Amino acid sequence: MADPFPPPRLLPSGDSAVTVEFSRTIDETANRRVLALDHALAAASLAGITETVPTYRSLLVHYDPCVIDHATLGANLLALSAGTLAPETEVRRWRVPVCYGGEHGIDLEDVAKALSLTPDEVVARHVAATYRVAMIGFTPGWSYLSGLDPTLQMSRRQNPRLATPPGIVAIGGIQTGIQCLAGPCGWHLLGRTAMRTFQLHRQPTFLLEPGDEVSFTAVDAKMFAEQERAAEGGELIAERIAA
Amino acid sequence: MSTLVVAQIGPASSVQDGGRFGAQRYGLTPSGAMDKLSLAAANSLVGNALLAAAIEIGPFGATFTAKGGSVRVALSGAPRPADVAKRQVEMNTSVTLSEGEKLTLGFARGGSFSYLAIAGGISGEPMFNSLSVNARAGLGSPYPRPLQSGDVFEVAPAGDAPELRLELPKAGGPIRVVMGPQDDEFSDEMKAQFLGSDWTISATSDRMGYRLEGPPIRHLHGHNIVSDGTVDGSIQVPGNGAPIVLMADRGTSGGYPKIATVITADFGRLAQTPAGTPFRFKAVSMAEAQAERRRYKDLLRSLPGRVTELTSSAFNIDALFTANVAGHAVSATDVTTWPGLALDSSDHP
Repeated sequence: MADPFPPPRLLPSGDSAVTVEFSRTIDETANRRVLALDHALAAASLAGITETVPTYRSLLVHYDPCVIDHATLGANLLALSAGTLAPETEVRRWRVPVCYGGEHGIDLEDVAKALSLTPDEVVARHVAATYRVAMIGFTPGWSYLSGLDPTLQMSRRQNPRLATPPGIVAIGGIQTGIQCLAGPCGWHLLGRTAMRTFQLHRQPTFLLEPGDEVSFTAVDAKMFAEQERAAEGGELIAERIAA
Repeated sequence: MSTLVVAQIGPASSVQDGGRFGAQRYGLTPSGAMDKLSLAAANSLVGNALLAAAIEIGPFGATFTAKGGSVRVALSGAPRPADVAKRQVEMNTSVTLSEGEKLTLGFARGGSFSYLAIAGGISGEPMFNSLSVNARAGLGSPYPRPLQSGDVFEVAPAGDAPELRLELPKAGGPIRVVMGPQDDEFSDEMKAQFLGSDWTISATSDRMGYRLEGPPIRHLHGHNIVSDGTVDGSIQVPGNGAPIVLMADRGTSGGYPKIATVITADFGRLAQTPAGTPFRFKAVSMAEAQAERRRYKDLLRSLPGRVTELTSSAFNIDALFTANVAGHAVSATDVTTWPGLALDSSDHP
């Protein structure tokens, strides 16, 4: 059977990395193909590949050109990209508690107003969806989730906040995300989670993997405070749920 | 046990090694030394592993004091005046501080980062196999932050082996790049402008990124692309048209089109280019970039074999030279006379 997908573009990222680009836009199929290639590459354990970085639409492959040459690597990447999608059976699913609104979600009211919804409706739609970790990037544990209810789409803030607390759950464009560390953020803050996608001296150090599925559940501020203490002690807070 | 005490230090100084690899898929940037050849040179002079952790010292001065015993160190990278108890210390030599002696380093001249390696290495708790400081992520050891006055390193007491010196080949010329990954987001004219213009590094640059000043580079289709992965040396062009070269503390993904990527062999040389000193980019083929990468790695591995004893005559010549330079304003062209790596603007075509 013919490959149902066009081959990805191989774009040089310097002398020791190549970008395997499946799409120029945020695209569900492209992201699945990225994750599928990532799995296939790991399984193939090609000598010379040092690490891979999945993103929405491309897989960045770091390699040692002294071990595998550019042409051989390219041929392997194209062969492994053909016709595969991430296998459903391997997907891990997590339920993540979020304290929405109030001091922990300072943009919830404004978001509701802008979308002509009530804050409760925004929360209801945000917790109703099942998301996939499309990529983790920029700073440690910053998890970009695809699958946002299209009625919650809105453009990013005109003026990004220079400082936001750790654990924020936010929306921006057609994405939602969990920012683990305190830092700047141009998205709209709906709430906070006590789950830490990145925590030193905890096993695992990084909780979420690209390709994992995530759903949110609302908790009140008192529960959030308790969960924060538990997270400090190394608890995962997120709950692994059956497929 | 001897200790090396940071008596005084400026900002942008931190412990760095070869970097922290393997977790970029979780958003953890590699960090590591901005100029790995200079890191390796300093380490070679004190018998450490090439990419062992050392103290990366930013453009400002610093002083270190040996306490509890003697400490052997070596200084490489951006040239700067250095002395121990009024004795001049040359770049790319080892020097032993006796108990209580102070190593005084001046401002960097013709470069940005110097590396102070300590014989026996820096002891700390590696995280992802690295001691490198990543302040945003709270990583790095023994201090997960830039160094401050009063910080202390526990080190092995110095032996009585002779002091060593190292001659590094001079490097210069344009900063070479491989075009892409998103060079198709720019017109041929804009690519020609990128490769044909003088650039300078803005003073607001840091270990995350070097902001470039020069003619604006316009996009064909706007400046927002969907984020994808970055590497050391990715040159992204944001909406204002002023390119940013992503450096060791870069974000692991970025949402601006990347016109080109600095080759591995020239990354450290770009890192050492002082703010305000004009330089150019030059596009090379993948084959050339990878051949240069091999040569660079070979040079790095050859450093321990290039180390020689610091004889008194060599010391005197260098001391005279340093004394001369230290007393005068230094022009950019003086830099090539140092045995360092700094880029000289007169080397450009």
